[in-house]
Amino acid sequence: MGIRVDRDSCVGSGACALFEPEFFDQSEEDGLVVLRAREAGAEALPALRRAASRCPARAITLVPSDGQGSAGWDRSD
Amino acid sequence: MTQSFELPVDKRRNVLDPVPELLELNARAPLFRPPGGMPHWIVTDREVVRQILADAERFSSMPPPEPDGRKPDPHPGSLLQTDGAEHSRLRRLVAPMFTVRQMKALEPMMARIVDQRLEVLERAGRPADLMRYFARPVSGLILAELIGLPRDDLSELSRLGDHRASGHSPRRHPATSEYVGHFRKLAAAQRRDPGEGLAGMLIREHGDAVSDEEVAGICESVANGSIENTAETIGLGVLALLCHPDQLALLRERPELMDRAVEELLRYVSVVASVSPRTALVDVEIGGELIKAGEVVSCSVFAANRCPYGGDDGTADRLDVAREPGNHLALGFGVHFCLGAALARLQLRIALTGLLERFPGLRLGTGVEELRFRSLAPQFGVETLPVLW
Ligand code: HEM
Ligand code: SF4
Repeated sequence: MGIRVDRDSCVGSGACALFEPEFFDQSEEDGLVVLRAREAGAEALPALRRAASRCPARAITLVPSDGQGSAGWDRSD
Repeated sequence: MTQSFELPVDKRRNVLDPVPELLELNARAPLFRPPGGMPHWIVTDREVVRQILADAERFSSMPPPEPDGRKPDPHPGSLLQTDGAEHSRLRRLVAPMFTVRQMKALEPMMARIVDQRLEVLERAGRPADLMRYFARPVSGLILAELIGLPRDDLSELSRLGDHRASGHSPRRHPATSEYVGHFRKLAAAQRRDPGEGLAGMLIREHGDAVSDEEVAGICESVANGSIENTAETIGLGVLALLCHPDQLALLRERPELMDRAVEELLRYVSVVASVSPRTALVDVEIGGELIKAGEVVSCSVFAANRCPYGGDDGTADRLDVAREPGNHLALGFGVHFCLGAALARLQLRIALTGLLERFPGLRLGTGVEELRFRSLAPQFGVETLPVLW
């Protein structure tokens, strides 16, 4: 599965970097999200869905590895 | 403070719990028109709250016009009272200074302040007021270090802050302008000699691109967002733990749960009962209702966090320090999401860990029914919290 972030929407809350530091970081420059990995195995899906649902800017989306469609932030509620 | 009978339903609590009326209103509809007509709408449903807070294009955070139609005074640098491009410009000036990593670098400073205040609390003797000797000074001193405010200003600010928190002061009470004056002075002094705090950093990094007025406004935003919210969350968080001995025991037994406990306490006490009002810029159909352009909407984060909803397995109203950190709304949602989230989380962790370690026998020094709550302040809180150990 692929992980995508929209830096234009990100508000730099750090929620992703705090709870899932394996996948997310914050840039020193602008405080906005930086991905540490663009791909993750299926075992990471629950954690990544939670990260997406916690993001206050809805800036994190999950996509199938073929890059089509979205596993959507809203599925994890 | 006396609990006024006319307190709006979203400001009322049964100690730490939602009042039955709020639960009923929430069960009936996602949003309702409260009696009295202002705000025009109160939203209690968590999905609708999220939709509105995520929709800054159609819901403005600029303060609504005064009842006489006059536009409120502009407030340069105020993050919460700006929209769109202006808001993102301000937010981007400060966001790099509030990352998780930046805040971790401040951990030793926070730990030192927490330790000092634990000493003071212990010396105050039993029973001691946790708010006065610990929660308020911890949050105030950390904030002062963070923005570079002289400590002398701090006691003055907290006096003025208490005044505002009484909720009785009319909107243009002199205390408000005195309060703003402190930040103007700070900005001017830092312009001459920029220090290590937020104000100095803004001036050093952005020079003339940021005006003194804006530096003052940003620091005031940060102080407003920070001091009381954090202090009240520490106080009510401790109260919540003391009222749930099983949860307190679990946390003592498994200190590794502290990060989860912090999230759970933020959610459970939701000191910001309702975020600042949003004004609809156009007609919006939402939650089965029509919010008309110009109507003012109050989003009850407390209701959204505590009322049962579809996905909560009926547990939203329960305190569970082991809960998987979820997407609560206690720190807001959308572009105005709390700038100090990383700071607040870290501060709460250090303060609560220190308190539990220092006082293995911590307990309430009074009956819960004796406690007086701040219901009219911008954030819910407890006036005094006598504790024993
Ligand atoms: C437990 C403590 C805290 C709580 C519960 C809290 C809660 C909130 C909430 C609910 C909002 C959104 C308000 C809205 O949308 O109308 C917010 C915004 C904000 N908070 Fe916090 N906060 C806390 C601590 C802090 C701290 C320590 C700071 C210090 C930097 C801070 C600074 C701010 C600022 C500047 C905003 C406005 C952000 C914007 O408009 O872009 N807060 N906070
Ligand atoms: S949680 Fe969302 S808003 Fe916060 S830093 Fe990560 S991507 Fe940005």
